Amino acid sequence: MAKRTALYEEHIKAKGKMVEFGGWDMPVQYSGLADEHETCRTKVGLFDVSHMGEVLVKGPGALEYLNELVTNNVSKINDNQAQYTVMCYENGGCVDDLIIHRVASDEFFICVNASNTEKDFDWMKLHAPQGLHVENVSGAYSQIAIQGRFAEKILQKLTPASLHEIKYYWFRKTSVLGEDAIIARTGYTGEDGFEVYLDWNKAPKLWNALLEEGQSCGIKPCGLGARDTLRTEMKFPLYGHEIDQALNPLEAGLGWVVKLDKPKFVGSAALQGLKEKGLMRSLVGLKSLGRAIPRQGYAIEAAGQPIGVVTSGTLSPSLKTGIAIAYVDRKFSRIGTQLDVVVRDQRMPHEIVETPFYKRSY
Amino acid sequence: MEFPSGLLYTKDHEWALHSSDDTVTIGITDHAQEALGEIVYVELPKTGRELKEHETFGVVESIKAVSDLYCPVAGTVIEVNSQLTNDPSLINRASYKDGWLIKVKLTDKNSLQGLMNATQYRAFVESLK
Repeated sequence: MAKRTALYEEHIKAKGKMVEFGGWDMPVQYSGLADEHETCRTKVGLFDVSHMGEVLVKGPGALEYLNELVTNNVSKINDNQAQYTVMCYENGGCVDDLIIHRVASDEFFICVNASNTEKDFDWMKLHAPQGLHVENVSGAYSQIAIQGRFAEKILQKLTPASLHEIKYYWFRKTSVLGEDAIIARTGYTGEDGFEVYLDWNKAPKLWNALLEEGQSCGIKPCGLGARDTLRTEMKFPLYGHEIDQALNPLEAGLGWVVKLDKPKFVGSAALQGLKEKGLMRSLVGLKSLGRAIPRQGYAIEAAGQPIGVVTSGTLSPSLKTGIAIAYVDRKFSRIGTQLDVVVRDQRMPHEIVETPFYKRSY
Repeated sequence: MEFPSGLLYTKDHEWALHSSDDTVTIGITDHAQEALGEIVYVELPKTGRELKEHETFGVVESIKAVSDLYCPVAGTVIEVNSQLTNDPSLINRASYKDGWLIKVKLTDKNSLQGLMNATQYRAFVESLK
């Protein structure tokens, strides 16, 4: 049976439509995907992301260990700073993408994808030196994301931490409603906002308090459906779509978190080789020029020749048009290039556009 | 949820209205539109197309998903609901009325035999819960 978060009962009460995702019973929507998407873009949305995994790495050598395990340069961040990174196999394929929070020079709190938690943890244990504490603490933490222009205003009412002092990709170990919590200014929507980690059982208390405090701002709970359309509009990668074990971060457009100039790390030789050989594909953003909606797995053609594939596709609720994230042959990856997406045997015109598809106005 | 009597239903959640001149109006059920969520795109066949019983004749898409449409009967497409091109959410608002999809001229009366009446279809939907 699928696992339930501590907020399961709240989702049922809010008439969430529950679906299985990554082994978890999660709300895909409540009031309606388009409404939830719009609410997050214009006001503020509340997301249960307790299915995400958390791993604690603690002890002497923690920094050096992580720096050899992930593609980004962990030594560049300070205490209370977070970093987005990828963890690769030796062949350069992706184990997962993750966020590393540096609590102290010898203590790191890492957020990983729900469906990859076990795999990531096994991989991390496999590479851990004797004596280093690497613990899967996923069961101890709930995670709630509050995203949107009013997020700071609402969350500020419940915590003594000065939220305006927490910059993007920084965090605080503090308290919320008197309970220990980690508040990070991170998110997966393209809006300003926070991700709050706290004791598993305390999630309903925070969830309901945020809904109450946010009522006057128009806060609404948002499901995984809106989470996906919001992240697609930002071209944020999702494991299993834009990245996986057979795809490398360089072609996925994540070269900015692959630091080949730092000391060697798992996958660095393979990634260096790929870079020297020249990349074959590019991850681009496509916009439908007609009414057709591109979907994951649809083929992409240029003058009748197959040159790529859609990895994520949806109707963009913000743009009111079909959008896609897609791998295309590098020769056809320039902005403005017109390509056909094959939709049920019909060639539908699309254009490569600048991404993110959506930019917030504040 | 509505299950109007006088309509015939399929296990794929289409409905069919059989008129005396052997025209059959086809749409998706209230249960189907609710399960799909907000419908944002509809693809329908051209008039004149011959459809076999249970043949795929188009798709309805919500923001996140694509669902095939299956023809409940054998017939020739004589009309498609052109209003849906600009306003696919009509299906959500009035799935049994203005949100109809196509009209076909029946080519095989026997194809009506396997369809459910409202009572049977309601029981079928209940059994899915």
